[in-house]
Amino acid sequence: MTTTITVNGETRHVAPGQTIADLLASLGLDIRKIAVERNQAIVPRSRLGATQLAQGDALEIVHFIGGG
Amino acid sequence: MQIDLTEAEIERYTRHIMLPEIGGIGQMRLKTARVLVVGAGGLGCPLLQYLAAAGVGTLGVVDGDVVDLSNLQRQILHGTADIGRPKVTSASARLHDINPEVRVVPHNHYLDAANADALVGDYDLVCDASDNFTARFTLADACVRQRKTLVSAAVLRNTAQLATFKPHAGENLPCYRCLYPAPPPEAPQSCADAGILGAITGVAGTLQATLALQELLGIGTGLAGKLLIWDALSFRFRGLVVPRDPACGQHGARHASHAD
Repeated sequence: MTTTITVNGETRHVAPGQTIADLLASLGLDIRKIAVERNQAIVPRSRLGATQLAQGDALEIVHFIGGG
Repeated sequence: MQIDLTEAEIERYTRHIMLPEIGGIGQMRLKTARVLVVGAGGLGCPLLQYLAAAGVGTLGVVDGDVVDLSNLQRQILHGTADIGRPKVTSASARLHDINPEVRVVPHNHYLDAANADALVGDYDLVCDASDNFTARFTLADACVRQRKTLVSAAVLRNTAQLATFKPHAGENLPCYRCLYPAPPPEAPQSCADAGILGAITGVAGTLQATLALQELLGIGTGLAGKLLIWDALSFRFRGLVVPRDPACGQHGARHASHAD
């Protein structure tokens, strides 16, 4: 039994109960440099560890930019 | 509001005044408005150009930099003859040429923690067109403290991001730190470090000008509580919801105490 999600449009299978923070760690992403969009909404950084991935979730990694 | 426009102003702004959402009253709102623009670079140049042409009465421009040859690929208020001059000087001259009805206040220094609150407090609306995270966080925090709406734009390489932050205007509306809680460590920080397709700054700065004018006029739904991301390579524009972060530290408490 796995949960099927997409990350930046690519399909991934994760273990049930995995959180967004777990996923980011497995992808080697530093949460201090990104924001995470789940189903067209930003998930606040403080909620990444408490938000469990659900079947069909579409995630996108939003990179933090500050150029002008 | 009393409409006090000269014949020349009415002619200059005819295409605004004929819009039902603007009219003479809207044009007077722009004339009496004071907007602070932080950064006279890739974003700031097109932003200032359209705010000045639109007749925003007072434009404060904050930038301590001088014009460099490598700026001219995108910073369209500055010309080749301006190399070595302060950016606020060349920007002011060009803006006066576009619209002498507008008062430009040059602030020939960088924004920092010591001057941010006084600067922000002196204007009605603030636009972040800066090129580094230190300035962005300093400005965003001052806007929360001073209860000023912040129209924010950022660019890098082939991407632009825009959002409007006004946590004082609604208890669910986020501030900048609800999206990005703290400056990132060791990220490519500026267009000088990472590069930028020049025309992207033109699109992003013009979108930012549109948002700023709509905020001043009180029209449109704007981008409060939303983040617009434009990836110019895939040419995809996406609008995301940005909720207030319930754990947004001092800002969370401030939002609550400041919510109307």
